[in-house]
Amino acid sequence: MEKACYKKHIITVLVENKPGALARIVELFTARGYNIESLNVGETEDKTLSRLTLVVCGDEKVIEQIVKQLRKLIDVVKVRDLTGKPCLDRELLIVRVNVDTKDKKDEAKRLSEIFGAQIVDVSHDEYTLELTGDEAQLDAFIELIKPLGIVEMARTGRVAMLRSLYGKTFD
Amino acid sequence: MPKMSGAEIFVRALELEGVKHIFGYPGGAVLDIYDKLKFSDIDHILVRHEQAAAMAADAYARVTGKVGVCLATSGPGATNLVTGLAVAHMDSIPVVAFTGQVPTYMIGNDAFQEVDTTGITRPISKYNFLVKKIDELADTIKKAFYLARSGRPGVVVVDLPKDVIREITEFFDKEYKNKKVEIRGYKPNLKGHIGQIKKAAKELVLSAKPVLYVGGGVIASEAWDEVRELSELLNIPVTTTLMALGAIPYDHPNYLYMLGMHGSYAANMAITECDLLFAVGARFDDRVTGKLEEFAPYATVVHIDVDPAEIGKNKKVDIPIVGDAKLVLRELIKEVKKLLKKYPETQEIRKKWLKATQRWKEMYPFYYEPSDRVIKPQYVVEKLSELTNGEAIITTEVGQNQMWAAQFYRLKKPRHFLSSGGLGAMGYGFPAAIGAQVAKPEATVIDIAGDGSIQMNIQELATAVQYNLPVKIAILNNGFLGMVRQWQGMFYDKNYSNVCLSVQPDFVKLAESYGAVGLRAEKPEEVEEVIKEALSIKDKPVVMDFICDREEDVLPFVPPGMALKDMVLPKYKKKKAIKKVV
Ligand SMILES: Cc1ncc(C[n+]2csc(CCOP(=O)(O)OP(=O)(O)O)c2C)c(N)n1
Repeated sequence: MEKACYKKHIITVLVENKPGALARIVELFTARGYNIESLNVGETEDKTLSRLTLVVCGDEKVIEQIVKQLRKLIDVVKVRDLTGKPCLDRELLIVRVNVDTKDKKDEAKRLSEIFGAQIVDVSHDEYTLELTGDEAQLDAFIELIKPLGIVEMARTGRVAMLRSLYGKTFD
Repeated sequence: MPKMSGAEIFVRALELEGVKHIFGYPGGAVLDIYDKLKFSDIDHILVRHEQAAAMAADAYARVTGKVGVCLATSGPGATNLVTGLAVAHMDSIPVVAFTGQVPTYMIGNDAFQEVDTTGITRPISKYNFLVKKIDELADTIKKAFYLARSGRPGVVVVDLPKDVIREITEFFDKEYKNKKVEIRGYKPNLKGHIGQIKKAAKELVLSAKPVLYVGGGVIASEAWDEVRELSELLNIPVTTTLMALGAIPYDHPNYLYMLGMHGSYAANMAITECDLLFAVGARFDDRVTGKLEEFAPYATVVHIDVDPAEIGKNKKVDIPIVGDAKLVLRELIKEVKKLLKKYPETQEIRKKWLKATQRWKEMYPFYYEPSDRVIKPQYVVEKLSELTNGEAIITTEVGQNQMWAAQFYRLKKPRHFLSSGGLGAMGYGFPAAIGAQVAKPEATVIDIAGDGSIQMNIQELATAVQYNLPVKIAILNNGFLGMVRQWQGMFYDKNYSNVCLSVQPDFVKLAESYGAVGLRAEKPEEVEEVIKEALSIKDKPVVMDFICDREEDVLPFVPPGMALKDMVLPKYKKKKAIKKVV
């Protein structure tokens, strides 16, 4: 069933670093028909825990259910909905663009400079650009370089944490 | 010094957990376990299909309140368990399932009889484990039992690779017993929030038309005395879901019977008209609520549940209380008693309301048109109820048989009605009867069955005969997949497609061929005799084949998607006008 996308929520989760833990989270979303926009998993300061950042869509009721269902999972230690909270929210983009003319090369360099992207790899007719920023910055950057011809791109999905003046993300 | 193999640890840990019975079926991957099990005090019941092992373990848990245990080999053994585990999962029944697995060094190679058991069972379990090292085995078993029985109970699967159960390590009884389970992501909240409890108590005492809507959580937390006390204290009518039948005796004046799709008129109307819906351990399932918007539309909703995720999942809740039903109700009753002193006058209006609901009950009881020509299935259930004094343990299959059992068996006690509520799995009743009889050898256990469902696990006759289990199977034989036929009749212009069971075994001979007793009744006057004879048999299973009216429908009936108040009622002989009673 197609569900209309409501406001995006950014939910961050501390989960046991164990086989099956991630699968349970992902399966929760498919089994209950929730939409995941992006999902990022990585290490934390504690080797036994992983930190997930999920961007999900839904109305308030759905989001509340998602949070509760996540909390219910045995391997999930903490869950926090960071939507609207004072947080740092970043995503990494790597994109290979076509630059087979001088004009294109200039344009790629110009845009990279404006956005603060790095050219991290070069071949005869391609630049590989890397950009870290919030979602909107990445979206805008992609929009502007699109005319050059995107050969391939990958985004990490968002990671987020509370700004330090506002306490710890998971208290 | 005490070095033990994985298989020995398995057996010892189970003994220390207090396990008395395991339902299972052997195979290559669990040979080592079976080798040791033979020397244990734990009784192993050899079923004839692993599905029955899971279902019997589930029923064992429902009847005793303890964790049920089943065991199967890898691959097909594990996959055969799945339906039974899903039954327990959907109904929050504490079951620990152990499965064999190929050796760790072969996992992922598509080895012989390898399946990804933890993968397959993940969505139908509270938790599952693949034990990769012998040193984790004892801890894992301890955790499995703890998780299965605590909080919202559920299914835990423990997958045991063959090499792990053959390895040797140290094991100390004392260490096992004294070990505390700590799981940082799992801290069930049992004690309700006192502020919320006070709020709820006040709502109750000030309410005019409250209803107690009681679900399986009340059985799980054994809160039936508290439910009854609360009901009597404040004159509140009580309705139960299928899962909570027996939480209050059928004949209790405050009991309005089951609610929902095939619920009573009184229960469904009380829900529709109430000003306070007091839900305890119930999950607002669609078979209960009908059209959600019109379920208790005028009510303030209080919901007590141990699982926070159930609160507000389907219906908006005004006063949520997360906690164990028994603990919360105890606190609540204290508060109510205090408040009653302050507001004694509120009792009168509730008494009127209770009376009104009782009138509904009298005017529109569960009903069928009696016949002296053909056996009415409801009549069989009534007779079973009468001749067992409402004290038997009833298991059901799924379909019409299940609903008639729920409507007409005058259940006296909790933990005496076992039915696959959430999953609705045909084939549950008979293995469940076996599990119940193993748990309660002295009890009368009756599977109220359909002729379709019973054939899904009929092979278990061999199990029942082997262990001299005197379970009774009452087949309400209508030659149809009756409930499906009923739907085709109502919603598909009577286009009966693939619901006629035109080829049937002779159930009497079938029973006899297994070494059980087979009895048949074809006319109403034979019903009582057959039941009496069946009840007199104490050493082997009995199959009673009741040749019933073929096209009897289950009523009342709330068509799917409709509001409870729009239920289709049976044709009462004497039509009485529904008076507006309140
Ligand atoms: C395993 C399984 N398959 C299919 C169904 C769908 N189903 C629900 S009720 C029913 C008919 C049951 O027939 P029977 O056991 O004869 O009972 P009756 O309704 O006639 O009492 C069926 C097929 C089910 N609930 N479970």
